[in-house]
Amino acid sequence: MYSFEPDDEQKMLVDAMNKFAINDLRAKASENDEEGHLPPFLVEKGWELGFLQASIPEQYGGFGERSAVTGVLAAEEMAYGDLAGALAVMTPGSFAIPVLLVGSEEQKQKYLPAIAEAEWSPYTAGIIEPYFDFDSLDLRTTAVEENSQFLINGEKMYVPYAADAEALIIYAKLDGKTQGFILHRDADGLEVGEREKTLGLYALPTYRVRLKGVRVPKSDRLGGEQGHDFAPILDAMRIALAAMAVGVSRSALEYARDYAKEREVFKVKVAQKQAIAFMIAEMATEIEAIRLVVWEAAWMMDKGMPDACKQAYLALNGAMDMAMMVTDRAVQVLGGHGYIREHPVERWMRNGRGIAMLNGLVIV
Amino acid sequence: MIEFEIPKPIAMANTALETVAVNMMRTKSRYFDEHEHEIPWDYINFMHMAMSQTGAGALAPPQEKKPDPDGKPRPPIGYQRLTFMLEMLSWGDVGMYLVTPGGGLGAAAVEAAGSAEQKQLFLKRFSGEKPVFGAMAMTEPQAGSDTSAICSTAVLDKEANEWILNGEKIFVTAGHKSLCESNGFVVVWATIDPSAGRAGMRGFVIPAGIPGVSVTKLEKKMGIRCSDTASIVMQDARVPFENMLGSLEIVRDSGTAKGFQKAMATFDATRPLVAATGIGVARAALEFLKEKLSEQGITIRYGLPRQKLTNIEREFIDMEVQLRSAWLLIVKAVWMADNHLPNSMEASMSKLRAGDAVTRITQRATEIMGPLGFSREYLLEKWFRDAKITDIYEGTGQINRLIVARHVLGYSGSDLR
Repeated sequence: MYSFEPDDEQKMLVDAMNKFAINDLRAKASENDEEGHLPPFLVEKGWELGFLQASIPEQYGGFGERSAVTGVLAAEEMAYGDLAGALAVMTPGSFAIPVLLVGSEEQKQKYLPAIAEAEWSPYTAGIIEPYFDFDSLDLRTTAVEENSQFLINGEKMYVPYAADAEALIIYAKLDGKTQGFILHRDADGLEVGEREKTLGLYALPTYRVRLKGVRVPKSDRLGGEQGHDFAPILDAMRIALAAMAVGVSRSALEYARDYAKEREVFKVKVAQKQAIAFMIAEMATEIEAIRLVVWEAAWMMDKGMPDACKQAYLALNGAMDMAMMVTDRAVQVLGGHGYIREHPVERWMRNGRGIAMLNGLVIV
Repeated sequence: MIEFEIPKPIAMANTALETVAVNMMRTKSRYFDEHEHEIPWDYINFMHMAMSQTGAGALAPPQEKKPDPDGKPRPPIGYQRLTFMLEMLSWGDVGMYLVTPGGGLGAAAVEAAGSAEQKQLFLKRFSGEKPVFGAMAMTEPQAGSDTSAICSTAVLDKEANEWILNGEKIFVTAGHKSLCESNGFVVVWATIDPSAGRAGMRGFVIPAGIPGVSVTKLEKKMGIRCSDTASIVMQDARVPFENMLGSLEIVRDSGTAKGFQKAMATFDATRPLVAATGIGVARAALEFLKEKLSEQGITIRYGLPRQKLTNIEREFIDMEVQLRSAWLLIVKAVWMADNHLPNSMEASMSKLRAGDAVTRITQRATEIMGPLGFSREYLLEKWFRDAKITDIYEGTGQINRLIVARHVLGYSGSDLR
């Protein structure tokens, strides 16, 4: 059967997320962006909503089951508040979800309760690399087996909270495949560089991480000695970012809509001009269309369908274009005012640009 | 609970329909494209026979569901069933699909605006022995998208208790088959009070064989050539009083122009269905393209970052996103219709998205085929012509943008013209 109605639990979650997104993340977003800083209490407040904890089973310190559909609903809602804040709140998930999905039993017991039962703490992950043709399925960071250890060399960028990380998963190419390795912040050869300066997401601290002959014991290979399948991680990254693109775009649409209904031009509201009204109609249609592709991909993942991988890829491809199309038009609807930082639309356009480049930064 | 599972009965029906599409439609696609105004009776008779068990035909609103043997209530899926059916038949050939016998938009109008007695009276003809067609006539030579500018009139002859209709209708899909090739009817929209604007508009059931009604022209078209597009002239045509759909009372408040709203309600129900026909055409084009590319050793490498994709791959992936997202908007809109949720905005979203997607997909598919894309050797050029109508009939892309914009902005028709 088809149904487009979230269940009651999902509705409650979305509702709680929505309040947090508007009252906390959005309320502080401009200030945070200007100051390049996310107040810890804000991140902690989002953490306490318990979205990640609800994805982790009781035996590992959480109180629920992971569902990709629930994940995309929550991710959209949080990004609707502020993308930088949402990414910060969800950063520990970048570590915990892969462990939950493909980690060894030992890894699950070691890390999941430590993450789920504590306050927000900077567990993170690094996959993106500083190359124009960065490809998560063909990484330049390498892992080589040597004396029953792995030797890791390479460079990562956009690793959130790397400077303060408790532990991080670093993805590297091993025998032609992408594999995760659990590293501790004080590992020899792991260098965290200066905080990065970016086009958007000013408030989110991200770092370059250099790996110079870092040695990782076999037991710290994600999934244990046999390693793991990377596809479920990649799919979950794609739909998470795609869902966040939907959230960002929705905020831009609503802001542009409200502005257009207030602003006078030629003695009518600017929204009463078809040139503007049609842009708004197309933005709304685009968002709804891509949201459904994201939902379908998430549903297919929950069902374990083999086509989920392709669908998640299509969803993110659609989301990249949607984010640019919608946020750009939001700026355009506001005209000159859209370009001024007193309004949030220019920030959303800068953040929206990141959707195409930042796959791997978040996971649900 | 969010779910994307095709209901089993629909999946089963789809398999059967695919056989029809491949064997009865694709094989005749070119012939009926090149012999405009010839009628594919083999297909029509077969479909009539095949559908006679399931009640009304294509585009007619769904029958109420049968009770489940276990006594469990089943979610209604009538519109969803129809949507999948239309997509598959249009994947076969959209021109031929459009001549599938049944009530069509005419029956949809009766269903949306008629009383229980009227539905009983008018719709039973579609389940008879012979194939019968229904049509809806809205557009006039000087009134297209601006349906409120319609000037066909209906005057009540109180003594005879009959309506006298006058005016000219154009672009009536299946109008000829409804009035001349079968014992069908056309629902004609006309005003009972020209001073009342939209509030005065009503639908009238004009059955075949009424004196004073004539089909004056069959259009020659860019595509969907198998489907007849008729002009109908009414000169003092008389129909019984009960052939008017809706109430005699005129509510002059423009916000509650009920007669007109009924007409528009028909479109809310049928827009996603029309959008689905376009999706069928575009899917055919995309599958054809994939096959031709693969013959040349080109496969689409899903999963690569865009920077590593070839231009053809990027185009293809984008076309897939457009097709899938438009399709899902359609499914959501008809799911809402099945569940009696107001879906005017979603219906228009699905229609405008599909209109854009299918015209662009067929345009790009022909382009990627290079010189071969221009040749009638393949059906691709036909699908390019067939797809374009999706963005025009049943409300142009621009009209649907207007409707979506009004919903999103919370505007009435007078706030946003």
